Amino acid sequence: MILSRLAARPILLVAGLFLALVLPWMIYPPVAMDIACWALFACALDLLLGFTGLLSFGHAAFWGGGAYVAGLVAVHSGLPFPVAVLAGAAFAAVLAVPIGYLSVRLRGIYFAMVTLAFAQMVYFLVNQWRDLTGGENGLQGVPRELFGLDLSDSFVYYYVALPLVLAGFVAVWRIVRSPFGRVLMSIRDNTARAQALGYPVDRYKLLAFVLSACLSGLAGGLFAIGHGFASLESVYWTTSGQAVMMVVLGGIGTLWGGVLGAALVVELNDYLVTAGFEGIGIVTGTIFVLIVLVFRRGIWGTARHLLETRSGGRGASPGDRPPGGAPDGSPAPTEGVGSPV
Amino acid sequence: MLQQAFNGLVGGAFYALLALGLAVIFGMLGVVNFAHGAFYMLGAFGSYVLLDSFGVNFWVALVAVPVVLGLAGVALERLFIRRLAPLDPLYNFLFTFGLALILQDLVKREYGVQSQPYPRPALLDGTVDLGLFTYPAYQVFVLALSVVVCAAVWLVLTRTRLGMIVRAATERPELTRALGIDVGRWVTPVFGFGIALAGLAGVLAAPMRAVNPLMGADLIITVFAVVVIGGLGSIFGSVAAGFAIGLVSALGNLYVPALSQTLVFILMAAVLLWRPAGLFGREESLS
Repeated sequence: MILSRLAARPILLVAGLFLALVLPWMIYPPVAMDIACWALFACALDLLLGFTGLLSFGHAAFWGGGAYVAGLVAVHSGLPFPVAVLAGAAFAAVLAVPIGYLSVRLRGIYFAMVTLAFAQMVYFLVNQWRDLTGGENGLQGVPRELFGLDLSDSFVYYYVALPLVLAGFVAVWRIVRSPFGRVLMSIRDNTARAQALGYPVDRYKLLAFVLSACLSGLAGGLFAIGHGFASLESVYWTTSGQAVMMVVLGGIGTLWGGVLGAALVVELNDYLVTAGFEGIGIVTGTIFVLIVLVFRRGIWGTARHLLETRSGGRGASPGDRPPGGAPDGSPAPTEGVGSPV
Repeated sequence: MLQQAFNGLVGGAFYALLALGLAVIFGMLGVVNFAHGAFYMLGAFGSYVLLDSFGVNFWVALVAVPVVLGLAGVALERLFIRRLAPLDPLYNFLFTFGLALILQDLVKREYGVQSQPYPRPALLDGTVDLGLFTYPAYQVFVLALSVVVCAAVWLVLTRTRLGMIVRAATERPELTRALGIDVGRWVTPVFGFGIALAGLAGVLAAPMRAVNPLMGADLIITVFAVVVIGGLGSIFGSVAAGFAIGLVSALGNLYVPALSQTLVFILMAAVLLWRPAGLFGREESLS
């Protein structure tokens, strides 16, 4: 069992890397870029939801904030696009400090409500600050500049931007596997015990929030540069909801699941838009409702659960384990949703 | 200035009705109903469709639409919410989020994003002389009705046995059950009632606000902020904060127009900094 797991991880990594490299050959390159950006966004959100037990419903503020700042830097400075994207990520991290500081004092459902409210505030600010952001029209004409290289072809942009996306994935993976990540998981599984062991829980949560926001900003910046504009929709609450859906659809606390969920949702949206279907929310909402009612493990989580019960190994993977972690004081399950990836 | 304050109270009346519904539902079920805004929107569309297609006037809609939506709420609770209730409350939040998306886009598909006109009822078309200034009669009616509704709910909560059960279940759910009170029996009617309040707010909004599919979504997020300010799990706090926030935002709008949309969130941040449980909430309700 453990052996097969050890063998599975490098295989998965190689397969994932291979897929990332050939994706623009398989599907329309701009869609491939969208998938890469949303996958990073979903992973960053999973860092918080799956590994810290915090459901942020306001991550559009960071994705969209990163998008706008990356766009503004690219428009006004003409610097190479990676600089603009990193500026967007840095902005998202800075923005996350006050929001996170106030939000991590609340738990569970209140955390979700408050992050949602703060994101809405960012949305109103972006909408209001028309001179800078273009208001409802969004920020138009964002250039793709990299030392005079011609990046107008989305195919080329994909490969130039891919290292940044992969760096983001590595960062999430490193965070989760680090001692810091272990503390986050202990907070998720049993906050009271983590506190009793002397960990400053709120500070850990805040740092996780800022890191997650920073990576979301990175993804948002790459998305904005890829599209050549930053839209008002990117800071709207539907964007936060979409990212949450990708994570839940793929499987909370699995990282790979977020990538899978992002790929499926982006493809589905692309298909619906191409088919001229008007009510995307009907489909998105139905998926949401169905997952929550009957498919709470998500795709990756279900697959892993099946594999584990098949091989007769540790089949104790919890099914209806709340994403918010076990309630304080109750004995924590030994293997949480965020067990080894 | 006085007139602006009055505008604020009228706006606050909508916050208060929605926050009240959210608070009783949250208190009884531990569910934060994201679809509350969608039901508010359905309330407004319900009265629009009744008038437009069937010629049913405002006064009938004022009663019929909340009743129908309340029944829909009962069905919703019985079929879905109840199943998810034993799990983490986040699942019901996600469920109602999906539901809100579905309802909103179904209406959008049917009627488009354009705002639909809804005339004021003839009886309330004039203005009322309030001594210091004259004011549209309809707005006075909205304010009066919502105050009456909130007061009536308050009376029921404080003076009746049902009210005692609801308050007890809101503030100490485990203890209430331990005392042998069947909380479960009241869960479904209370959920339906909360939805009916959202529907009522929607019907009231139809003649004075734009009737469009997106009217509920943005409003509900502001109402979340109102509930956080008022105090998590506090019914009185939610209603008081509703009116207060309406008043403060209207006055804020008068003096600092740039902050008109964001003021409520700034207030929320300030309250969180000062009292994380909200103005009328208790610290323990945080966990």
